[in-house]
Amino acid sequence: MSDQLLKIRGLKIEGRSDETWNPIINGVDLDLNKGEVIGLIGESGAGKSTIGLASMGFTRDGVRISEGSVVFDGVDLVTASAADKRALLGSRIAYVAQSAAASFNPAHKLIDQHTEGPTQHNVSSRSESQSDGIELYRRLRLPNPEEIGFRYPHQVSGGQLQRAMTAMAMACRPDLIIFDEPTTALDVTTQIEVLASIRDIVEQFDTAAIYITHDLAVVAQMADKIKVLLKGDEVEEADTRTMLSAPTQEYTKSLWAVRSFERPAKPAVISGSTPVVSVKNVTAAYGTVDVLHDVSFDIHEGRTVAVVGESGSGKSTTARCITGLLPPRIGHVEFDGQQLPLDYRKRDKMQLRQAQMIYQMADTALNPRKTIGETIGRPVEFYLGLKGREKRKKVGALLEEIELEPTQYYDRLPSELSGGQKQRIGIARALAAEPKFIICDEVTSALDQLVAEGILKLLAKLQDQLGLSYMFITHDLATVKAISDEVVVMKDGVVVEQGEKADMFQPPHHPYTDLLLSSVPEMDPDWLDNLLEARGVDNIGDAAVDKM
Amino acid sequence: MSGLLRIIVQRLLLGLVTLFVVSIIIFVAVNALPGDFAREILGQGATEESVAAIQKQLGLDRDPLTRYLDWLSGAIRFDFGIPLSQAMFAGNFGSTAIVDVKTVVQQIEPRLYNTLFLAGLSAAIAIPLAVTLGVLTALYRNSAFDKIMNVSTLSAISSPEFFLAYILILFLAVLNPIFPSLSNINPDLSWGELVERSMLPALTLTLAVTAQMMRMTRAAIINLLASPYIEMARLKGLSPMRVIIKHALPNALAPIITVIALNLAFLITGVVVVETVFVYPGIGQLFVDSVKIRDIPVVQACCLLFAAVYILLNLTADILSIVSNPRLRHPK
Repeated sequence: MSDQLLKIRGLKIEGRSDETWNPIINGVDLDLNKGEVIGLIGESGAGKSTIGLASMGFTRDGVRISEGSVVFDGVDLVTASAADKRALLGSRIAYVAQSAAASFNPAHKLIDQHTEGPTQHNVSSRSESQSDGIELYRRLRLPNPEEIGFRYPHQVSGGQLQRAMTAMAMACRPDLIIFDEPTTALDVTTQIEVLASIRDIVEQFDTAAIYITHDLAVVAQMADKIKVLLKGDEVEEADTRTMLSAPTQEYTKSLWAVRSFERPAKPAVISGSTPVVSVKNVTAAYGTVDVLHDVSFDIHEGRTVAVVGESGSGKSTTARCITGLLPPRIGHVEFDGQQLPLDYRKRDKMQLRQAQMIYQMADTALNPRKTIGETIGRPVEFYLGLKGREKRKKVGALLEEIELEPTQYYDRLPSELSGGQKQRIGIARALAAEPKFIICDEVTSALDQLVAEGILKLLAKLQDQLGLSYMFITHDLATVKAISDEVVVMKDGVVVEQGEKADMFQPPHHPYTDLLLSSVPEMDPDWLDNLLEARGVDNIGDAAVDKM
Repeated sequence: MSGLLRIIVQRLLLGLVTLFVVSIIIFVAVNALPGDFAREILGQGATEESVAAIQKQLGLDRDPLTRYLDWLSGAIRFDFGIPLSQAMFAGNFGSTAIVDVKTVVQQIEPRLYNTLFLAGLSAAIAIPLAVTLGVLTALYRNSAFDKIMNVSTLSAISSPEFFLAYILILFLAVLNPIFPSLSNINPDLSWGELVERSMLPALTLTLAVTAQMMRMTRAAIINLLASPYIEMARLKGLSPMRVIIKHALPNALAPIITVIALNLAFLITGVVVVETVFVYPGIGQLFVDSVKIRDIPVVQACCLLFAAVYILLNLTADILSIVSNPRLRHPK
């Protein structure tokens, strides 16, 4: 029992909305020993982050702990005074947030934020904690550990910031660190590096950790035991290997099964047929800097081309060139064999209508003040010229196509829909123009896996029914595997490899494709160890990318 | 840093263009004032001949474009001519009086100095007070202290300035004679005497400008409290005061600086009521007096000065806001 560090009993948490308190967490228990790592997993709304923060005795505005106890090393953080809690926070319990870019103060240098904890908690002097910070940066394999701390957050890349934040959490050598989705915002190749660093340092200092994530494969690498959550309730808890190999609950099994969706291969393209969209030697620039270099690929009727790459690789810029939002500097785009005007303002209604877009953030892509009927009705009226009853009928038919009951949803506002439903509205809006071609820009990356799978299935069904062609922009190789027919791999604005999906997932690959593929975490707890052994610690992440 | 320098030069040039446009508006507006100097000075019994004579003597009979260009070319050289009132006396009393004639610049200069002194004194009290109160009300938001401060500063800003002035006179000059109720200042006074005599108008102005700056400081800070880096600072176990001063305030500077600049401009250009109540010889009084007698050169020079103050202070605020952003100070 002396090993017990954190003991949560009967934790109930409520959130305020519309003047009433609604339950978010309905009585969760959690035990954590010194040096142990527990993974909390679940979909959005499961209450993972809320529990993570509550284990620091902290709740966000409009959220309160209504019942239960959070005992950290003998102190109940629920009843402890604010001053007592402050003495523990940062010094014995630390937090690593999801977005390091947003969680570092933009006004101060990294090292100043690093030394703030130790000096304020009287753990060490400024100069001591500064040299310790540099040592931690070195151990976390940050480039230029001597110098990187003296930069401002915006001068450092996302993956490096995430490691600097882990170093900051380590500054007072806490007993417990809460990692709240620390790699979710990162590219796969960067993710590995951060995962390896976090795991190393947690082991070195024998720190206990709560690792919150929605990615099962990630948690499999990091945690000793896993707790699955659903809507504020515990589904089950077991040690990592047991949980992966033999989950007992249906819900857990359904989470495990998501990755298996894969649509059957389509017949090959008839050679000589005219592609729907053809990108011809496109070079494009923002300002004076070229960001795309000689990009060419074709998209044929009824087929899905996945454009894959990490952030900054030029995927979305390519989409902007196709839609004419960013006229290419060199090259052009053909539609059904006809060259399109470079600038969308010079395209006629018919040309505009044929290419539609669905966006990553359905939240921000829908006007919050327009009802669903108005949002979908607008392109119906604009492109098809339908009005009044006919328009309403068409919108109703579109809603049926995206599997939402027209009478129920026609007059709703976006705020009354779930994330997946909003994305379906985005699909219906694109379909309203009756296009031949749709660009899907990371349409599932903001969604939970189960919901994302539903969207992918819907897109596949629509493609079969309407003969649509998709350009599917994504950084997620599981999505590529699930939906694409052909794959275009991009890096730094250049197409490094393209071809049929089946060929892409079979060796031999272009080295970058190989790096991308092998960087996707797998549901095997030994995956990270094996990978590090195979590649060596200095040959993962940014370092490996830079060597290309 | 060269990027910043370029921005400053750009803004300065833009400010000059603005000032030129404003000069046209001023000239047109002032000339649209009903009545003119000649009729004003000659009174009811003026004959058309005498009016015409005076207008000819002062050059007011020339066409507007010539007069504007004449005025503009003078303004560029900081030569705003001679006040009409001075010119009249010169004409009436012969050549001996010309020695005493003061140019517009000479008339404005001491007044401007007085006004800048009063504005500086008020700002020295009001800005630290407002920012401190803003930080404290943000720290203890929704507490009784917060509500009392909000209500009292809002009451102060909503009351007419002369009313505030008389209240201060009543309490700080009549009932408790701490400060003189008349701000009778002249260049021979020592610094201490200047401050003492200017204290009541400065306090009145402080009451008039504190509310806005305080509320902006409070709002700008509270706006940031939901951001992830503030949550991070709290989760590091820092004291609430440190979270606000060290983590929120540096990121809230831009809007605060803008409001401070606007209030400084008000302190320089909008204080005529306070000057009148305390008989303070500032530029506001000179301006109003000149409008009364249609002393066009003085009015135009004052207007142009006010416009320049606004433009310069806003420019300074813009540049300081840019400098307060670490992304612009330390590019990648």
